[in-house]
Amino acid sequence: MPKTQFPPSITSRPVYGELEARSGGGHLMIADAEGAEAILDLAKSVDQGFWAKAHIIYIPKTTGTKYSSQLEELGAGQYYAGPSYEAAQGRIRRALQDCHMGTQVYLTGTESLMGQAMAEATAAGIPHTAIQTEHRGSTARRMQCVHCKGITEDVTTDPFECSHCGLSLFVRDHYSRRLAAFQGVRVDAEDPGNIPEKVELFK
Amino acid sequence: MSAGTAKLNVTVAEVKPVNDLVTRFKFVRTGGGDLPTFSGGAHTVVEMQDGDITRLNAYSLMSNPADRGAYTISVRRDDQGRGGSRFMHTKVKEGMEMVISNPVNLFSLDLRAKKHLMLAGGIGITPFMAQMHQLSMMGGHFELHYAVRTASLGTYARELSERYPGKVHIYHDDQNEAIDLNTLLANQPLGTHVYVCGPKGMINWVHATAEEMGWPREAVHSEEFLAPASGKPFEVKCAVSNKIVQVGEHQSLLEALEAAGIDAPYLCRGGACGQCETNVIGYDGKFLHYDHWLTDEQKAGGKHIMPCVSRFEGKTLVLDR
Repeated sequence: MPKTQFPPSITSRPVYGELEARSGGGHLMIADAEGAEAILDLAKSVDQGFWAKAHIIYIPKTTGTKYSSQLEELGAGQYYAGPSYEAAQGRIRRALQDCHMGTQVYLTGTESLMGQAMAEATAAGIPHTAIQTEHRGSTARRMQCVHCKGITEDVTTDPFECSHCGLSLFVRDHYSRRLAAFQGVRVDAEDPGNIPEKVELFK
Repeated sequence: MSAGTAKLNVTVAEVKPVNDLVTRFKFVRTGGGDLPTFSGGAHTVVEMQDGDITRLNAYSLMSNPADRGAYTISVRRDDQGRGGSRFMHTKVKEGMEMVISNPVNLFSLDLRAKKHLMLAGGIGITPFMAQMHQLSMMGGHFELHYAVRTASLGTYARELSERYPGKVHIYHDDQNEAIDLNTLLANQPLGTHVYVCGPKGMINWVHATAEEMGWPREAVHSEEFLAPASGKPFEVKCAVSNKIVQVGEHQSLLEALEAAGIDAPYLCRGGACGQCETNVIGYDGKFLHYDHWLTDEQKAGGKHIMPCVSRFEGKTLVLDR
């Protein structure tokens, strides 16, 4: 049973599972914040040989050092902790370039992290259905404004203000795998100025 | 008739023995003109009028998909088979008019792949020949590993080695050469898709090894045409057409339905595509499922049968046809 339960939605909205160790030539694990817990849970069911072929890329976000020493102690062949997804992106690309077919990819944490890393992994040639995901932690969304195309990270309210053009945007479940973002549409397009109260939908 | 089975009238333009077991046939459109385009991996169903029996066998197209002037197939003679390949080898002559189906592709290249790794065993080489034509025109990245019994039975091995230098690797059984599958699969760049066509054992070996090594199921492709198995004759009641059909010892259920004038859908006639799936209304006996299509649960459930390859033993079988 996945740890985070999302309400039923349209088919465009991604769904996530639960990470399980699978056999393969290597294990690339990309996580942020509470995603560390999913890796630590998976660690309970694997033997030490698993970690020799593993590469963990971790972005603690607001969790600081809460999980980093536990993750490091797993003894992965390579362990990296970085300050942001953007900072880790070069490393993710390089890791995907160097691995071979049979490498298992595990993504866990926020939807923003999983979506962006999923886009990198599929561009590198792994079918998206073969990539494991598990949602942990914040349900805040990565949103794209359909008007100015700017991306706003960590959106928790509906509506919200686009961090690029300032329009008030309605949060949709319509999702783009290419952009790894949900779609935000001007909430007062029909009736300019009529902006509903913000509701905190995501934490 | 079902989708994709529209017929083409063709004339045999060439019959060319390739080695002791394999003969190549070239078909052009009767009366001239282009044939429909196809993609690498497609097959055609050849109709053979063998006395009062109509045989329908699927053969992979091996010619260049860009060449619409002719289709080429290669047929391996199977003396233990039901007679289709023997008919092709002994009865089909240049100038003869025949009927074949439009091409159908159940083994197409996944063009999202960054590299295509092809594994062929014996006559399983034919779909890859069309695919390699297609990929080399597109500048695609491919590599062929081809297992043959002996050099003299290595159908097209020499031609392919010359046509695609550095991309073709031949393995001779009689020299104890074998594909080192584990090493091969362990070292493929991300985005590689593997394709296998050959005997059943080889196909199962590639699927099992790839799965064990963590390859995504979507990146492993295979094609195997089953020949319908012979078995005890049986009787089938067709509820829709209100007919009782006898299925002979060396006849498939699909062939028996066709002979009785029942319009049953089909595409591959080899248990792979799912087109002929038929609902079972009632039965008293046991099914002999030979297809690759139904799940194990469906096979145990007794509600579906693939008439192209599967059979029945028992008292009564009633089908929704």
